[in-house]
Amino acid sequence: MVNIIWVLIFVVSILFAAINGTMDEVNKAVFTGAKEGVTICFGLISILVFWLGLMKIAEKAGLLDSLARVFRPFISKLFPEVPKDHPAMGYILSNMVANMFGLGNAATPMGIKAMEQLKKLNNNQDYASRSMITFLAINTSSITLIPTTVIAIRLNYDSVSPGEIVGTTILATLCSTVGAILIDRYFYYRRSRR
Amino acid sequence: MALINTISIWLIPMIICFILVYGTFKRVPTYESFVEGGKEGIKLSFSIIPYLVGMMVAITVFRASGALEYFIGLLKPVLQLIGVPGEIVPLALMRPLSGTGALSITSDLIATHGPDSFIGQLASTMQGSTDTTFYVLTVYFGAVGIRKMGDALKVGLLADIVGIIASIVIVTLVFG
Repeated sequence: MVNIIWVLIFVVSILFAAINGTMDEVNKAVFTGAKEGVTICFGLISILVFWLGLMKIAEKAGLLDSLARVFRPFISKLFPEVPKDHPAMGYILSNMVANMFGLGNAATPMGIKAMEQLKKLNNNQDYASRSMITFLAINTSSITLIPTTVIAIRLNYDSVSPGEIVGTTILATLCSTVGAILIDRYFYYRRSRR
Repeated sequence: MALINTISIWLIPMIICFILVYGTFKRVPTYESFVEGGKEGIKLSFSIIPYLVGMMVAITVFRASGALEYFIGLLKPVLQLIGVPGEIVPLALMRPLSGTGALSITSDLIATHGPDSFIGQLASTMQGSTDTTFYVLTVYFGAVGIRKMGDALKVGLLADIVGIIASIVIVTLVFG
């Protein structure tokens, strides 16, 4: 699936460039795109090192377990395949909490750790398990409570009320998260019927 | 507003402080554990590079070739029929593809139409309510070496559509 999409993006783009006469820009885009990819990864190093370091302390102190215990009933409904006291639970939860407060930078390392644990549960196989897809669905629809970046931009452009979009954002994010869970369930049942 | 601002400024330092104090209280070797976890972070960041470079090149080429604009042009008249402002279409298409791309479109929309205009409010809500699906997919699956994504991309993109439609409906109801 990802192979076909990836190739398709390139082929369609290059066809368009041939028709539009934008081959020159495409040439530049190859280099800027590659550079951007590496830049993002290097930007991630600082964040990943700091937050994974801190999370290691939280993990050893038993904080992740306590967090998982509090939300267990709710989360185990969402992830029926994850055992109740599995470390994946703690990471999934810290990722969700970080996302809710708009701490995107802190959310990524915990999301990756959660994926790592989910992969272990899946016997280290290289395909996405049911729980992994659910986790991604919730993550990409991002449950946000405080859209900090957007508020900052609005402040920058002298909004009369920079925070007025918090309410609409919470509602919209709620819709997309509920939608994501339902869509995820639909695809799961379609898969399991086969 | 001031409260939200204060919370978002105080939150991270408070979390750091809490974890460190709690860890010390529980007799965790804090600094050594931090270094141990940090080493994993370095390994992870490097392992993501090829995944992210592959995706970023595909998406920047897609934008530069004019293909994205062509699809925006196709969608605009259809959406305008049902009362969706055409200005928002580039953002709706860019949001799942590229985080920095979407952020620059949002800033641009807010700058040209004003943060308190309908388009400004809609752009703000859309930007805040979904995440960059391609990025999350690439980074999370790339980091742990998942090669077969299954339905993940389909589910992610369909959820984005739900989020975009929800933003339009809700902003229209609240501010429209």
